[in-house]
Amino acid sequence: MAAAAPAPVRPPEPWRGRGGPRRWPWTRGLFYLGVGFFVLFALFPFYWVFATSLETAGAFAQGTTGLWPSHLTLQNYVTVFTADHFLQPLANSALVATVTTALTLVLASLAAYALSRLRLRGRGLALGFVLAVAFFPVLAMVGPLFFVFRDLSLLNTYAALVLSYLIYTLPLSIWLLTSFFGQIPREVEEQALVDGATRLQALRKVLLPLAAPGLFTTGILSFILCWNDFVFALSFLETPGKYTVPLAIVNLGQSQYQTFYNLIDASVVVVTVPIAVLVLLAQRRIIAGLTAGSLKG
Amino acid sequence: MSVAPSTSGRPVPAPPPAGREARAARREERQGWLLLAPALLALLAVAAFPLGYNIWNSFHYVDLLNPGAGQPFVGLTNYLAIAASATFRASLWVTVLFTVVSVAIEVTIGLALALALHQRFHGRGLVRAAILIPWAVPTVVSALLWKTMFDPQQGFVDYLLGLAHLPGAHLAWLSGAWTTWVVILVADAWKNMPFVALVLLAGLQAIPDDLYEAATIDGANAWQRLWRVTLPMLRPALLVALIFRTLSAFLIFDLIYIISGGGPGNATETLSYLDWHAFLVDSNFGYGGAVSVALIVFSLLIALAYVRLLRPEV
Repeated sequence: MAAAAPAPVRPPEPWRGRGGPRRWPWTRGLFYLGVGFFVLFALFPFYWVFATSLETAGAFAQGTTGLWPSHLTLQNYVTVFTADHFLQPLANSALVATVTTALTLVLASLAAYALSRLRLRGRGLALGFVLAVAFFPVLAMVGPLFFVFRDLSLLNTYAALVLSYLIYTLPLSIWLLTSFFGQIPREVEEQALVDGATRLQALRKVLLPLAAPGLFTTGILSFILCWNDFVFALSFLETPGKYTVPLAIVNLGQSQYQTFYNLIDASVVVVTVPIAVLVLLAQRRIIAGLTAGSLKG
Repeated sequence: MSVAPSTSGRPVPAPPPAGREARAARREERQGWLLLAPALLALLAVAAFPLGYNIWNSFHYVDLLNPGAGQPFVGLTNYLAIAASATFRASLWVTVLFTVVSVAIEVTIGLALALALHQRFHGRGLVRAAILIPWAVPTVVSALLWKTMFDPQQGFVDYLLGLAHLPGAHLAWLSGAWTTWVVILVADAWKNMPFVALVLLAGLQAIPDDLYEAATIDGANAWQRLWRVTLPMLRPALLVALIFRTLSAFLIFDLIYIISGGGPGNATETLSYLDWHAFLVDSNFGYGGAVSVALIVFSLLIALAYVRLLRPEV
């Protein structure tokens, strides 16, 4: 695949669109209408959920009456955090995602250093294996891992999640870091090697600081992958105290007779806000990682 | 993958040097594998081992609820059970149908979105951020968002249809097979279109300007430029988007579990759902193992088919 790791140097943003939106007023109007529709499609559900989360139980029970909640209340948020102890899953998710991401970055940096810097026979084989794991059906792993974790008494532990999340994070991170490291000229750490530094020192003291933006991108993507997992949490966790956010939300607001969407929606808002902030802050880095990860195929 | 850029001045495969040089090469090799070892061992433990375990399971009778039976070798029994199972065939069919429809929708609209984002317009950055948020939230959130939107009493769709006096207000979307698929397709497209759009956008940005200039000089109109220049040049990015989307659509689980639970009846039981059910509900690890092996084989076939189909200029 046309991949050429070092992006060809070209002016910052070459706007190439011919026949673009500025030609005729009506094309332009239609263009903005289309784009506006997309934005509405992407964001309106969030508004709807936010509005629902502010409804009183009474108003909610009457069904939809309009685009705005009829009686505003924060009671749903209070309930989510008190009666439903929603802080616990937030803490669990944060812990598991952070530990997995840290572990992933260490393992992936070491591997990526070897793959991008050292002469290795079997380098292609190693990269191929890593890629193959990325394409493995996750559901096919659930059964055997369940067995293994049961035998090791790891069911219902954070460790089971950290280990299984490596399936999501390691292949992507090795792939990304190998290409990020590859973009940094070798000379920078060769000098350190000549001066007597070991490989590990060269990696830690010279290469990693230079690759910090790439590490950051990789870390964010890996964190998001862990934060979003549902299958492994659903399969390996047993007690609500251990639940991660996705599992907790699904179990929240369900009674035998009714689904309390106003409660579910309050928790959905709580989960979405930090992610939205993260995305807005790190937009460019996330997009860089997403597209680098996929286009280097 | 072309990682190492222009391999700065290093002799690439070491020509048989004598003495010191050869020892240095051997040392580099050893160091390299030492650095790779932790990551590779971790992947072997969490990925390759389960695969092997699945294959072993699929040839045995393994039922956690029936420990007295032991785990006798049963040959191809589990695979024959799959082949004979109407449930499995139905599941394969709905999975393939869902995959084709959802990928077609997501790639078509994703391409339109990418072409739009490739233009210069006011608020472009904001639009990009806006569509990135659905991609970043957990699938669970997307499932619940759309379940709320389609709720017959409190949902927006119900409200909108009611306002317009259209039929379908108060429709219980999740009690019919087709309407359930609509909810799942919308939730899936909402979550995954951004990924397709961003990958294709990166592909668009990599197409050199002069190609368009040459085409324009040759008198090609916008439509011809799209078909003759943009799409052929977009082939690698399209391949990536298609492989990723097809595989993950084929393996859809979270949305199914939360939106429909495989229902109504088993109308939305995809292969992954079937597999999960065999493992963790029926605790039939032999049958589940065989379904897993089938999933892996199908995934491999999909990936291979794409690589063959879309190989640049056969």
